[in-house]
Amino acid sequence: MFRSRSIQSSLSIKDKILSLDYILILSIFILGMVSILAMYSTDGGELKYHTKSHILRFFIFFGMFLFLSFIQIRFWHSQSYIIYILFFILLLGVKYFGLTSSGSKRWLDLYFMNLQPSELMKIGLILFLAKYYHRISIENINQVRFLFLPIVVLVAPLILVATQPDLGTALLIAAGGLTVAWLAGVRVKFFALSGLAFIALLPIAISFLKPYQKSRILTFLNPERDPLGAGYQIIQSKIAIGSGGLLGKGFLQGSQSYLDYLPEKHTDFIFTLFSEEFGFLGSIFILFLYALIVWRIAKIGNVTRSNFGKLYCYSFSTAFFIYVVVNMMMVLGLLPIVGSPLPIMSYGGSSMMAIMFGLGIAMSCKVYKDTPVN
Amino acid sequence: MFSPSAGNTVIKSKLISRRMFLISAAKAVVMVGIIGRLVSLQINERSKYKTLSDKNRFREWKLAPERGVIKDFFDKEIASNKQVYQVHLIPENSKNIEKLFVRLKTILNITDKKLFLLKRIIAKQKPWEPIIVSDNITWSEFSRLNLFLHELEGVKPVVSVARMYPDNSSAHILGYVSQVSAKDLQTKKYLKELHVPGMSIGKTGLERKLDEEIIGEIGFQRYEVNAYGKRIKQIQINEGQAGKSFKTTLDFEVQKFTSELLKDKAAAVCVMDVYNGDIVSMVSSPSFEPNEFVHGLEQKYWNSLIKNEKRPLTNKTISGLYPPGSTIKTLVALSALENRIIKPLDNFRCTGKIELYGEKFHCWEKKGHGIVNLRKGIKRSCDVYFYEVARKLGVDRLSATAKKFGLGKKILNGFIEERSGVVPNTKWKKKFIGQNWYLGETLHSGIGQGYFQSTPLQLCLMTAQIANGGYEIKPRILFDEESNNLREYIKFKNENPNQPIPTDLLISNFNLKPLFKNQENINLIKDAMYSSSNEPGGTSFRHRWENKKFTFAGKTGSSQIKRFTEAQREAEVKQESLPYKDRDHALFVAFAPYDDPKYAISVLVEHGGSGGKAAAPIAKKVIKKVLERHELRQRANNLIGEQV
Repeated sequence: MFRSRSIQSSLSIKDKILSLDYILILSIFILGMVSILAMYSTDGGELKYHTKSHILRFFIFFGMFLFLSFIQIRFWHSQSYIIYILFFILLLGVKYFGLTSSGSKRWLDLYFMNLQPSELMKIGLILFLAKYYHRISIENINQVRFLFLPIVVLVAPLILVATQPDLGTALLIAAGGLTVAWLAGVRVKFFALSGLAFIALLPIAISFLKPYQKSRILTFLNPERDPLGAGYQIIQSKIAIGSGGLLGKGFLQGSQSYLDYLPEKHTDFIFTLFSEEFGFLGSIFILFLYALIVWRIAKIGNVTRSNFGKLYCYSFSTAFFIYVVVNMMMVLGLLPIVGSPLPIMSYGGSSMMAIMFGLGIAMSCKVYKDTPVN
Repeated sequence: MFSPSAGNTVIKSKLISRRMFLISAAKAVVMVGIIGRLVSLQINERSKYKTLSDKNRFREWKLAPERGVIKDFFDKEIASNKQVYQVHLIPENSKNIEKLFVRLKTILNITDKKLFLLKRIIAKQKPWEPIIVSDNITWSEFSRLNLFLHELEGVKPVVSVARMYPDNSSAHILGYVSQVSAKDLQTKKYLKELHVPGMSIGKTGLERKLDEEIIGEIGFQRYEVNAYGKRIKQIQINEGQAGKSFKTTLDFEVQKFTSELLKDKAAAVCVMDVYNGDIVSMVSSPSFEPNEFVHGLEQKYWNSLIKNEKRPLTNKTISGLYPPGSTIKTLVALSALENRIIKPLDNFRCTGKIELYGEKFHCWEKKGHGIVNLRKGIKRSCDVYFYEVARKLGVDRLSATAKKFGLGKKILNGFIEERSGVVPNTKWKKKFIGQNWYLGETLHSGIGQGYFQSTPLQLCLMTAQIANGGYEIKPRILFDEESNNLREYIKFKNENPNQPIPTDLLISNFNLKPLFKNQENINLIKDAMYSSSNEPGGTSFRHRWENKKFTFAGKTGSSQIKRFTEAQREAEVKQESLPYKDRDHALFVAFAPYDDPKYAISVLVEHGGSGGKAAAPIAKKVIKKVLERHELRQRANNLIGEQV
């Protein structure tokens, strides 16, 4: 323990910079550039509001990511619960002071940006549980009384977010939390039991669903049910992607998006637009970049010595992967439209901020990989 | 408890790594799934989605083609097009259809019923497809509409063309056009590709017969549109092609003249060139107003047409079936001569009636005609003479001759309203009525009553083929329709007037199809018809032309509606005193000029009484008109190279 402390104190600025994962940084940067191109295309080939603000956000949060990388992993560990509580308070704030837009209350007006705390909570929950499972001993992990706190910290934000209503984000938050629990060694039995409980509660949950949410699920099961209504998005998205073919229609040539057939093309359907213009090869390129990022984060988990770092990196890598594939499967018609942004690519400050925040912590695990957290 | 030991940490870290391995494997599976989906959408089903994307992107608006015109023999348009003002509406461009209709009602004259129909159409079709709110509005309505256009989102004022008929003298033969009905779409294959909202198609007559060619090819405008249906840019335009125009053999002047003569009568007139079969005139009366049909018929007008007992919608020249009456006597005599049943000078005595197996057969002349031979039989139209001839001839031989001369079958091509009529014989009766033939029925057939049914056009063709010396002709109404006319023969005859050549040589040299065995028999009939019209005692003597140029030879006829009772016969009841519906149909057939036959004519006046009184005067006037215009027609023929 003493030795490792000395290692940590001996890290020079140069060592720290050299120990950054440059493949990860480069992948994120390329993805950012690609996202700017895609945003430029959604603006119809002009440098308009969406593109400008996306560029600004990307560089601000990319800088933030690099900055956070140099913050001690020990700091993240010690402040995990505080961070979670802070985000939870923000979520509560949404409930009372939030902005309502198109029927749901998700944002806090911070004057310089509209913050969506539910995006931050994705990271906050992982951080909290990583610390929690890092600290309890392996014998206690499957004790029922030690399951109590994780369930509370998982379900409490879930209810707040689901009632905004924002079912998609709620599910993604849950996915991150469950991943930590799974990695920490919580028995399959508990997952199975909670799965059963979930199914049992499903009819009650459905009764709380708004009509548009019900119709989305029905539409997913049969998109042609209502081609001009709820199924419209899935159908148009599939048409756009399918018509892109192998090489795509060309940059700025995506007729589906250019002629406004694509809904939400800045946000949830950005991949559709890219896929239409750059075809199968373009889509594979994007998939490759995401796979690279997911792999590099997981790799940090391999080399970092603390279980807190491992739990965090593995969970974040998996959650990141889930965000990506849920969005892609959604636009490819493999999942219902639940409303989840594509990390980094999609337009949206809170999502970008949350992802960069998460990446920063992961990178900090790399820089301080040999530093014990307690 | 909250500070794990080193061993604990290692075990935990191994557990975490093991579980992460499982997750990584799951990630790989999901990744493969997504790539598979991309392959299936972007590579395997690419063409399907490409089509769907183009379908999104492009929208076509069809343009109705201009209908071809129909011209008369002198190139006068008898079915033409005129400019009309229309109101179109693209439903998706209007935010509130209900409100729009309320506003439109204050500007245009639209009934609630029409609005109801429009709403039904809107519900059925695509929101970007235009519907026609009104297809023929007046200029003042049109300018008012343009004035208020800024309030009427989705409404489009359109200047279009529509069918226009200069008058109704040829309404029956031309037919009319009207909106495409659901049934038309089902039955007419060519409409599947062609259908454009607001397009008219031919419903009867020539308009129907020619529909496929005269309708033209539709054009289209292709636009790139965005998701809200807004046109971004025009990609392609194809004006389509106006329909083919047709020239008929009709003479519009004669049509108008004849139509005027027949006004208020239920009647029909056909005039035909005896050498090439060109139909110069075909008029059915009373007529209807074909322009009324073009823009949707008013119920009131339709009811008045349907209820009229003179049946204005029926083309009597080809759809009206009448017993040929005494006009058939020409063929009865010819058939008897050809079959060597009688000789021209064989006599019969007419005492006003004969008896056969106890049944009385009356002659129209109660006193009788005395001694009658063939010429006098036709001249006086003696019924008893023809009872005797028919009895000897038999109905089967008569029917063979009648069929040869064009009775009992359709004459024109492609007119669904044309009927074929009946030429009865023993076989026919067995087949269609299921009974044996009685001799008494042969006697009735001999004077063109009983089962005999023919159209005025058939009687005209029969007369034309007698007039031209007994050669078959194929009547035509369209100028460019194939016709096996006799022009070569006529040319030869005109150039070598004094050089008669044997019939068999004529046949082989000029590809003629003679309908006779001995042409002398035809000449005998023509001579007898001459006497009927031009010698004292002839049935139409009072209506002859003295002028050689117009002299015609004809045959009167009347087709019985109701047989006279013995009491009526005793009381010598006149046709004029009977109720309209019980009066005989008056018939007259003729050819003119007698010396050098050029045209044949048939006249029918429904319930007109006797042919001599009601039909012959009409024929007389029409014949003069047609012959006066003969030179003009000849000249027009020479201009287009058809020398006659």
